Amino acid sequence: MKIGAPKESFAGENRVAMTPNSAVQLQKLGYECLIESGAGTGARFSDADYKAVGVEVVKTAAALWKAADIVAKVRQPDEAELKRLRKGQTLVSFFNPGGNDTGMEAAKAKGTNVIAMEMVPRISRAQKMDALSSMANIAGYRAVIEAGSNFGRFFTGQVTAAGKVPPAKVLIVGAGVAGLAAIGAATSLGAQVYAFDVRPEVAEQIESMGAEFVYLDFAEDAQDGAATGGYAAPSSPEFREAQLAKFRELAPEMDIVICTALIPGRDAPKLWLEDMVAMQKPGSVVIDLAAERGGNCDLTVMDEKIESKNGVTIVGYTDFPSRMAAQASELYSTNIRHMMSDLTPEKDGQVVHDMEDDVIRGATVAFEGAITFPPPPPKIRAIAAKKPTAPEKTPEEKAAEEAAAAKKAGQKQVGLLVIGGLLMLLIGMYAPASFMQHFIVFVLAVFIGFQVIWGVAHALHTPLMAVTNAISGIIILGALLQLGSGMGIVTILAGISVLIASINIVGGFMVTRRMLQMFQKS
Amino acid sequence: MNASDLLNAEMQTAAYIAASVLFILSLGGLKDQESAKRGVWFGIVGMAIAVLATIFGPGVAINATLLITIAIGAIIGVVVAQRVEMTGMPQLVAALHSFVGLAAVFIGLNSDLTTHDFATHAEEVIHEVEIFIGVFIGAITFTGSIIAYGKLAGRIGGKAMILPGRHVLNLMMVIASLVLLVMYMQGAGSWTLYAMTAIAFVIGAHLVMAIGGADMPVVVSMLNSYSGWAAAATGFLLGNDLLIVVGALVGSSGAILSYIMCKAMNRHFIAVILGGFGGPTGPAMDIEGEQIAIDADGVAAALEDADSVIIVPGYGMAVAQAQQSVSELTRRLRAKGKTVRFGIHPVAGRLPGHMNVLLAEARVPYDIVMEMDEINDDFPQTDVAIIIGSNDIVNPAAQEDPNSPIAGMPVLEVWKAKQVFVSKRGQGTGYSGIENPLFFKENTRMFYGDAKASLDSLLTKIS
Repeated sequence: MKIGAPKESFAGENRVAMTPNSAVQLQKLGYECLIESGAGTGARFSDADYKAVGVEVVKTAAALWKAADIVAKVRQPDEAELKRLRKGQTLVSFFNPGGNDTGMEAAKAKGTNVIAMEMVPRISRAQKMDALSSMANIAGYRAVIEAGSNFGRFFTGQVTAAGKVPPAKVLIVGAGVAGLAAIGAATSLGAQVYAFDVRPEVAEQIESMGAEFVYLDFAEDAQDGAATGGYAAPSSPEFREAQLAKFRELAPEMDIVICTALIPGRDAPKLWLEDMVAMQKPGSVVIDLAAERGGNCDLTVMDEKIESKNGVTIVGYTDFPSRMAAQASELYSTNIRHMMSDLTPEKDGQVVHDMEDDVIRGATVAFEGAITFPPPPPKIRAIAAKKPTAPEKTPEEKAAEEAAAAKKAGQKQVGLLVIGGLLMLLIGMYAPASFMQHFIVFVLAVFIGFQVIWGVAHALHTPLMAVTNAISGIIILGALLQLGSGMGIVTILAGISVLIASINIVGGFMVTRRMLQMFQKS
Repeated sequence: MNASDLLNAEMQTAAYIAASVLFILSLGGLKDQESAKRGVWFGIVGMAIAVLATIFGPGVAINATLLITIAIGAIIGVVVAQRVEMTGMPQLVAALHSFVGLAAVFIGLNSDLTTHDFATHAEEVIHEVEIFIGVFIGAITFTGSIIAYGKLAGRIGGKAMILPGRHVLNLMMVIASLVLLVMYMQGAGSWTLYAMTAIAFVIGAHLVMAIGGADMPVVVSMLNSYSGWAAAATGFLLGNDLLIVVGALVGSSGAILSYIMCKAMNRHFIAVILGGFGGPTGPAMDIEGEQIAIDADGVAAALEDADSVIIVPGYGMAVAQAQQSVSELTRRLRAKGKTVRFGIHPVAGRLPGHMNVLLAEARVPYDIVMEMDEINDDFPQTDVAIIIGSNDIVNPAAQEDPNSPIAGMPVLEVWKAKQVFVSKRGQGTGYSGIENPLFFKENTRMFYGDAKASLDSLLTKIS
């Protein structure tokens, strides 16, 4: 099948859904790759780069949509692109299924299968195709860089001949993937970083990245992120008040504030209010990564950089990943490639759209002319719930199981004993008494042997073999008894036996002792 | 009554009872390293009591020849025991097995040559069957051990020799032996016994020839078991209870070892004994990625950063004689306050417990040498896992690929460590010829070269 990536039509979008690197991997999955001419320009991939790895460059978007069985995109398709959808085609792209009714209807009407990259469930297996995370990572990093370029001071504290420079104080609101990436970037630039999140379980992650967790003393049942697939949920009004009070306390000191707080399926919560901005020092910077959903800051204007009355820069860009198009395309195309590899179990270039698979089912929002959004909850949860709710077996069930197992073992043992007993009886019918006496000794010795040897440490198996070698030299007894028989040949054979058995005895014990001496405790 | 018959039959039996108890205590002592050192002395005293009680008992004449023979045997034993390298233990054990087998054959043949009086026909039949069984097991043990010795010592190629129709061949030989037994019992004469001995020699050699290098732990334990049963059969033949007891102890010991080894390889005992390695049951999984090499500097840097290290040695370490270097590496890392432990797979090496002995020889403390089950859960919390000369026992295909020939075999889950270094001579596959996906994992780096040379170059980077 053919997989193609068109040039992104959205103004200012520099990313591309297929890079030369990902094309190589896709070809290994058995696909033919197409790219619209100039699609990679914004991310610094030329048509020649694509051609060099065997990707067919198609002149126009229309031709590409027509030729490709699978279309990979970054942004959700615009109206012109929706018209190009056709039956049997698969679209892999961000799709915003919750707020894109025209897109959903178009996909349904045309019979296109749509895989929405933002719907990939947050489970370990799907991390490699979690484009939200990979894009958030870039956004978080870029937010710090953007803040730095608008901030007229150092991040790091310095003591120079020209005077002392205090380190910049950075507050990160919301410690999701973007927040954590921002913490990492800001701390490595030398800033003093504080971070806040409504989910107390991320405190450890925040601290591991080198930031200080802003602790909120509030007596409410803490949110359990596990219940919401690892995302934050709305908080109570009282909690919100406590939170805002804390922010007011911090606002005068903070040079840079990076807001990343989002709640799935809702407008961004307002957390950095006008009065907080007013408290900030002139020259401070607020970067609002939630601008697309209305912003965490009161003053944010989407896609613009503004300055407040008191000289605080507020950045509301929504295209941070696109500002790092080369890196973002590389990561996003890798996410797509992993998605394709899950869709192509046989690596034969044929899509197998397995709706039983948690990840594929979760990400598919339209399938064979039907809307399949929202998906049923995944079978595997993103994060292990705090209290495992696995159905405990009742004591009666357990007892019954044990009884059944014991009964089965008992039956088996009885069976073996009966067979053994019959065998003994058979031998006893023919064998003379003297043999039977020896036989009792033999059977008991075998039993003792089994009991004793099970207790031997695995580490001592070699000494065990050596010592059994030594004691099996006991066969010397037989040879000794035969020595005196008087017949020449018998004496010679018995003599050789005595010789080699004594090698066994002495050699076996000596080497065992030597080995055991070597075992030393630290 | 001979002059040397200081003990009567009853006193001799009492001595034998004491010896039996001492032998059991000796084996029981092997439950841990400290009690084992005491346990060996129980064994030695038990053996001394048994031999002395026999010599001074009825029916044995003491003369110079006997004493000289025993002395020569003892001297050879001492020399061998002191000279043997710990890497050569498998060969020595196999050689000692062959001696027991040969002695059992001789004693059986002798018993046929000497005349006996029997009260009943049944007793005579039993006696004849005992001779046959004793010689049969003894002969298989003898040639089997000789071949095992040759393979372990590298004098015979380690590859499995698979003759066409080998199962039929073995079956024919066993049937022929049974026919000869019936003829012998009918009074056909001693030649039937000799013919059977020759056939059993061939069976033993053929069985072991068909078994390849990495299955050797099973073979050696199996031969250990056989040597015990051979001694027990001889005990029946001579009506000597001490021989029966000891033979049964040794026989069951070897049987348990074989069982443990087979379980550790997830293979049936019968399948191992019949030789060859089962082919894959389906197409093997494709392996993604590539093998990435690393040099000593890289490994040293990773070890500097690591807090916890697990080393997984295999037969390759024994071949390269690298245990001293491993020990030195361990000592230096521990001196820096890092946690270093060893993970030992039950079938690592060519003898059960072989790795433990090698590491003990190199003065690695035994309390940091762990069994597979003890350490397998700790890999996810481990910074660095170092694989030295092992392959199949760390192959993730055993868990991930149901079509793999080793599917279901318990393996050390080294790939769960944060970083894995594999010291290996080249890119080839292991004994089983199975590609190892571990080498292609993202967190695996290949440290190519002879294990000893690699480790020595690594030691120069770590002070």
